[in-house]
Amino acid sequence: MLAMSRNDLLLFLGFTIAVLAMPIWLQPFGAAYPDLLQRFMIFGIFAVGFNILFGLTGYLSFGHAAFFGVGSYAAVWSFKLLSLDAIPAMIFAVVVSGLFALAIGFVSLRRSGIYFSILTLAFAQMSYNLAYSVLTPITNGETGLQLTLGDPRHFDRLFGEAMPGQPVPTLLGQSLGGFTGFYFCAGFLILAFFIAQRITGSPFGMMLKGIKSNQTRMNYTGFNTKPYTLAAFVISGMYAGLAGALLAVTDPLAGAERMQWTASGEVVLMTILGGAGTLVGPVIGAWLIKYFENIFSAINETILARFWDFLPDGADHFAVVVSSKFVGEGWFLTLGLVFVLIVVFLPGGIMEGVRRIAHLFDRKRSSPTNPGKTAPHPQPAE
Amino acid sequence: MPTPNVVLHVADVHKRFGGLHALADIDLQVEEGQTHAIIGPNGAGKSTLLNVIIGKLAPSSGQVIFDGAILTGRKPYQINQLGIARVFQTPEIFADLSVLHNVMIPALAKRDGAFKLNMLRSLDSEVGIRQEAEHMLEDVGMHSSRDMHAGSLSRGDKRRMELAMCLIQHPRLLLLDEPTAGMSRHDTNTTIELLKKIKSRGMTKVIIEHDMHVVFSLADKISVLAQGRIIADGTPDQVRGNPKVQEAYLGGTH
Repeated sequence: MLAMSRNDLLLFLGFTIAVLAMPIWLQPFGAAYPDLLQRFMIFGIFAVGFNILFGLTGYLSFGHAAFFGVGSYAAVWSFKLLSLDAIPAMIFAVVVSGLFALAIGFVSLRRSGIYFSILTLAFAQMSYNLAYSVLTPITNGETGLQLTLGDPRHFDRLFGEAMPGQPVPTLLGQSLGGFTGFYFCAGFLILAFFIAQRITGSPFGMMLKGIKSNQTRMNYTGFNTKPYTLAAFVISGMYAGLAGALLAVTDPLAGAERMQWTASGEVVLMTILGGAGTLVGPVIGAWLIKYFENIFSAINETILARFWDFLPDGADHFAVVVSSKFVGEGWFLTLGLVFVLIVVFLPGGIMEGVRRIAHLFDRKRSSPTNPGKTAPHPQPAE
Repeated sequence: MPTPNVVLHVADVHKRFGGLHALADIDLQVEEGQTHAIIGPNGAGKSTLLNVIIGKLAPSSGQVIFDGAILTGRKPYQINQLGIARVFQTPEIFADLSVLHNVMIPALAKRDGAFKLNMLRSLDSEVGIRQEAEHMLEDVGMHSSRDMHAGSLSRGDKRRMELAMCLIQHPRLLLLDEPTAGMSRHDTNTTIELLKKIKSRGMTKVIIEHDMHVVFSLADKISVLAQGRIIADGTPDQVRGNPKVQEAYLGGTH
């Protein structure tokens, strides 16, 4: 059952090694600190799941942050009511966000194209407003839901009194801060990637691709496409819930702002930037955006002045003024430019760039008389 | 003469679009194993009739019966699962997928039904389905292009592949909507050859066609549609000699 083709296995192993070694190879980029690495893992999971719906099935949801937020709230409630252990919280979060996705997907999937996107956006904004104001007893509104000393934690109480101090999520009694937290999240990203890879390579995944390619043909071929799209929607909602729960594990505070439309838009950007429909692309897109958000936004004029120091007087000042518009608060500008460049020149995202480079090497290696197995191209009519 | 087995019965079908009577009093019986052509000038209602049969349009009155089951009110996927496959005027294919996968998908629909959450298996382990698809592609002469993107095929090859996608389901009834529309003479001829080859296997076919050359070389029976009504019915020779048909084609809307 778990037989994998050689290429799939290599991809999976390569991915696993790259993820686990991130604290090493991200050192020169200044990104090898646990807080950011955890976010890389969490948003990687979010993007991998989003890609199952958008990249594979062709349904562009503009409301996936809702499931992310529901996952966070569910996890924090599990910490408050049941136990500080991370595992029950994650299971609870995935189940709750899956049910939530089932309800929203059931209604939204009655339409496709732009109408589907708008429906998901409307549902997500509704969820955001509910969380922000109406459901304050559940979400603690503006302040955000957080752990307190007075939480019941019924399971934990069964095994003795709570530990003193501010409660933090644990795994079998171990604290999940720092690099432990990173490896915990990394395990889930690798698992999430593995499952996505299995889905993509399964007959079910082929049906999703068929729906993306030509839904009319699917219907006339004898498929009821509704349950397929709903299954894809629920699966990607569960991925979002898992990511949201992990964010609550590493930082046990759930706020409504993570359900806002900007957060839904961010995962769309991640997926497109990396390459929708590819396995690795969305993860790379997520990493890149989180890197920009954290590193570029932290660059200030002092750092820039040091960087441009080699220029003659006057010119260095000019360079600092110009480049300062692209960093700090202006990191959105850089991200926007990168996004525009990629969509215009590489519509398939970063992964298309990777493919083109690989293709170039492939052509060089094979002799001119034998073009080898290049990408499919039109065959002259017989 | 023993009564032939009627597979498809279009019974007293009317279809109105607002004030337009697109189909009037259509009664059509398709016998098992036959190739039944529906011809008529542009705007005669051929495509409307096909869409009523396949469930895309609901008739204003009357019904369509396939092998004892009423098709009216069923969804296209349910109609397919009953054993009816359709070839479209413009090939409806999975342009982003490989030719082989295009043919494997209908084979999976036939085996697994309308919905199956088949996530744990790998597509690579579907050896039986794959072999079946490869045989089918050999049959239509497209085995060498099995790894190509379907979207990059020529029009004629897309049509051949779409036929393979239908044939792999071993349908009891194959509906063809102008299978040679927009094709070069060469592609038209290869498509006719292929359809003749299928014909020898005894599959029932309903073919909507414009091109007389195609119709007379394939059909066992022809129904002529003009202004929403069937004006003639019979063997190719009977229809050819019918003065009403000549009028519809020569003096009518054409």
